[in-house]
This record gives sequence, C-alpha cells and structure tokens, in this order.
Amino acid sequence: MNKRAVVTVVGKDKVGIIARVTGVLAKHNMNIHDISQTILQDYFTMMMIVDMADQNRIDQLLETFELVEKEMNLTISIQLEDVFQAMHRI
Amino acid sequence: MAIAYNEIQETIRMVQMESLDIRTVTMGISLRDCVDSDIEKVKEKVYQKITRYAGELKPVAEQVEKEYGIPIVNKRIAITPIAEILSDATKEQAIELAQVLDAAAEKTGVDFIGGYSALVHKGITKGDQTLLNALPQALATTNRVCASISIGTTRTGINMDAVAQVGAIIKQTAELTKEDNSIGCAKLVAFCNPVEDNPFMAGAFHGAGEGEAVLSVGVSGPGVVLNALKRYPDADLGEVAEVIKKTAFKITRAGELIGRVVAKRLNVPFGIMDLSLAPTNAMNDSVAEILEEIGLESVGTHGTIAALALMNDAVKKGGAMASSYVGGLSGAFIPVSEDNGMIRGIENGSLSLDKLEAMTCVCSVGLDMIALSGEASAETLAAIIADEAAIGMINKKTTAVRVIPVIGKSEGDIVEFGGLLGRAPIIGVKPFSSAKLIKRGGRIPAPLQALIN
Repeated sequence: MNKRAVVTVVGKDKVGIIARVTGVLAKHNMNIHDISQTILQDYFTMMMIVDMADQNRIDQLLETFELVEKEMNLTISIQLEDVFQAMHRI
Repeated sequence: MAIAYNEIQETIRMVQMESLDIRTVTMGISLRDCVDSDIEKVKEKVYQKITRYAGELKPVAEQVEKEYGIPIVNKRIAITPIAEILSDATKEQAIELAQVLDAAAEKTGVDFIGGYSALVHKGITKGDQTLLNALPQALATTNRVCASISIGTTRTGINMDAVAQVGAIIKQTAELTKEDNSIGCAKLVAFCNPVEDNPFMAGAFHGAGEGEAVLSVGVSGPGVVLNALKRYPDADLGEVAEVIKKTAFKITRAGELIGRVVAKRLNVPFGIMDLSLAPTNAMNDSVAEILEEIGLESVGTHGTIAALALMNDAVKKGGAMASSYVGGLSGAFIPVSEDNGMIRGIENGSLSLDKLEAMTCVCSVGLDMIALSGEASAETLAAIIADEAAIGMINKKTTAVRVIPVIGKSEGDIVEFGGLLGRAPIIGVKPFSSAKLIKRGGRIPAPLQALIN
C-alpha cells in the first residue's frame, strides 16, 4: 500500500492559500485523498491526506513548503499518516 | 478508521508547542569479537566495527525524523562494557582505547557513546581494575565517551571496595576537568542494579545478554504531560493519574513506531522502548513542573514523593500498554541541572540533597546531574553512592549516582555546564565524615530480598 501523509496548513486567512499549497502538491504529482478546511477567528486551518508514494521526495517538498511558508506567512507541516494511526488508534 | 481532525491537531500541538520528541535512538553494538591479545588490533577492530555498524544511524534517523515530523533529539551508541575486552591492556592503552571510541563517535556523528564501563558489583577483574585506573584520564581526554560502573545489585550486595574507588575516581575526574567546571563527572555514572538495555546516557551499555546489534529508543515528553494536566486543574488524583497514563500511552506509541522504522531501515532488531520522562531546559519541559502542577508550591516540599510516585506509576502503566517491549529504566528522570523546575526548587530552598535521595525511592533512577561543593571528599562522594546503592539494593530497583563536585565552587554558587547538560546551583554536603565506613571496605552482603529462589 502506498504511504499516505498528512499535510496541515495554518495561518492568517488570505486569498490563494489553497491554490498555492495544492499547486505545490500537484507539481510533485501527489494525489489528494481528503481535504478539510475551516476558518477559526480569522485563522485559516487546512488538513489534507495525500499520497506519499516516493518518500525520497520529502526533502524537495519540505524545501518548497518552506518558501511558501515565508511567502504567505503560514505554518505548513507534513507527516506520514502512520504516526497519527499509532498515537490515536489501537 | 480515518483520523479525526482534532486528533491530527493534538499530535501537531504536542510536537510544535509541547516539546514532544524522541529523546534518543541508541544502537547497541557488541564488541566481544574485538578481543585480541594485541591492543593495537583491538583498537583497530573496535573502530572499524562501530563505524561500520553505526555509519548510517545518524542519516537514517534524520530522514525518519523528517518524514514523520517528530524530532529525534539524540543519536547514540552503546557498546559492550569495555573492561570485558581489555584483557592484558595497560592503563595507558585503556586510555587510548577511550580516545578511539571518541573518534568513532565523532566519525558516526553521534553525540555520545556509552559503555566505557565495568561491572564490579561483586568483584574486580584485572580488566575492570585497568579501566577504573584509566577512567579519570579517559574522561578528561575525550568528549563523547560515557562511562558507568556497576557497584551493587540486589543479588550480590554492594561492593564497597569498588564504591570507595569510584568516589576517588569522581574526585580525580573533577580535578582533571576543573577548567571546565569539572564536566568530566557528567559522563560518569555509578549504578546499583544497572539494566543492560538502557538507551539513555550517561549510563548506556550493551549488556552481556544482548545480541550482536540492537536499536533501542528513549521517548520523552514532560512538556506534553504538563500541558495535558493544565487542562484539568480541578481533577482529583485518580483522574490526574488517568490523564498522565493516556498521555504516556500516546507518546510511547509514537516512539515505538519511529524506533521500529529506524531499526528496520538499519536492518537491526528493535530492542526496547524506554518510557522515561526526561526533562530538558526548554520552557515547560520539566518533570518538576508536572509535580508542581499536581499541587506543590515548589518541588521538594512535603508531598513531593507522593506526587512523584503517582506520576512515575502512571507513566509506566500508560507506556506498558503502548509498547510490546518495554525496558531500560522506564520511569521519570529527575536530573537537576537539566530541569528548570528542579533548579528553581534548589534556589527556593524547597529541594535539598536529602529530599532528592528520598525521591529516588519512587522514581526511575537516582541522583542525577547534581552539582556538589568542590570540597566534597572522595569518601563523602563514595558514601553518597553507598546510600543510593542501598536504596536500589533493598528496593530491587535501579539507582544511580551522577554527581559533579565542582572544584573551586561552593554552596550557593551557580555553575553552567552548557548545552543539554544545563546549569545547576551548587549543593553543599554534610560537614561530617564518612571516612571510617568507606575505609572498612569489603562487601555489603546481599539482602534477604535476594533470596527468592
């Protein structure tokens, strides 16, 4: 089974966050399985479950996300889904 | 079942805001096949074996850390107690071997290598004695080598001749490294009932019952427990234990997962998961503050031991359910210099050496990273070790002593060790002598508790 990862994005709401972040994923040819997004007191939070077929990509991906973080003043994290399964499911 | 939004948030909050981390992945490596009558060959074999087995440890751990988004703070190596492979070496050669270990650690990029050790809880072999003689110089001339001495067990009693020697070794090491606040002593532990698979430094070594190579993991997360408790300010103590238990469960599961992934990629069996709550000087990453959150004005005051016992037990219960192989020391560490809350306790006058000793009866290890007045004599240091060992021996638990008599400093001064080792207020020792007790020497017989067959 392909590995899946959880991408979370938090930051002050503005135009184009989803477009910018999903754009990066599309460029890395990563499919999005699930996406949820809310605005909480002006704060944009988004979580996505994405395909992570090639773990060796993670370096490039982290680098690109770092640029996006600076550019749009966001906090982005990406973690393999297993860790959430381990912590929250028996 | 899909992971819920709030569960994802909880994990991310633990990592980003509450200092959840994997404290260490430690690779145990057996060096028993490195024995040779020619010490030059031993040095060569040891260096080659360590760098070959652990060469990928750091890069692999760093890759896993990135993929899972959980920091692995330290990458370390534990080796066969060096005294066992010294055979006919001289003191000078044993010191050179320590320097080889230091070089191997540097080459592999690990921060510490543990196992410059001797197990002398009953008697002292030639190799053991060589290592003991070499220790002060070895610690003073290396940066990453950690040493431990087993001086007692429940089954054998306490070897007071060894205790006397360790007291003197600590004092000499302090003198040799006095330019750096006697930091050499921070790399030396005296143990009663040591465990063979402890991944934490300075006391890690690869025990006789272990395999060729193994990967063990130490998790941490006092910050996570503290923050969880802050959400339940009015809970009764049963509920407090429940909160700690649940939190420890989650932390441990994350640790075990990461450990298994690292082990698999290194093609080494997974050993054990050590569930110790180990504090750091980071804000809120303090065991003392958990005790204070439970209800103490300042750590060390009356009630500290009850709170610590509750916490230590709850950590074990949560962790034991979360991991298939729990081992190591598993409990709570109470190092003073590495825990801002403990430092404050001493400065407030609420926490003393006597109280710390009492606390070690109910927590995982012992007197840890305590800066003592430089005037403490070798006999006094030995007597402190003997007291702690007696607690371990009678209670069938591991106890340890890692104290630093800081030469030139006295009670009330503050000493900075830097980095992970932190800073500590100097504690004075009692002005009365224990020299006669230590001079008697011999072995304290194994207690009745040992007769369990």
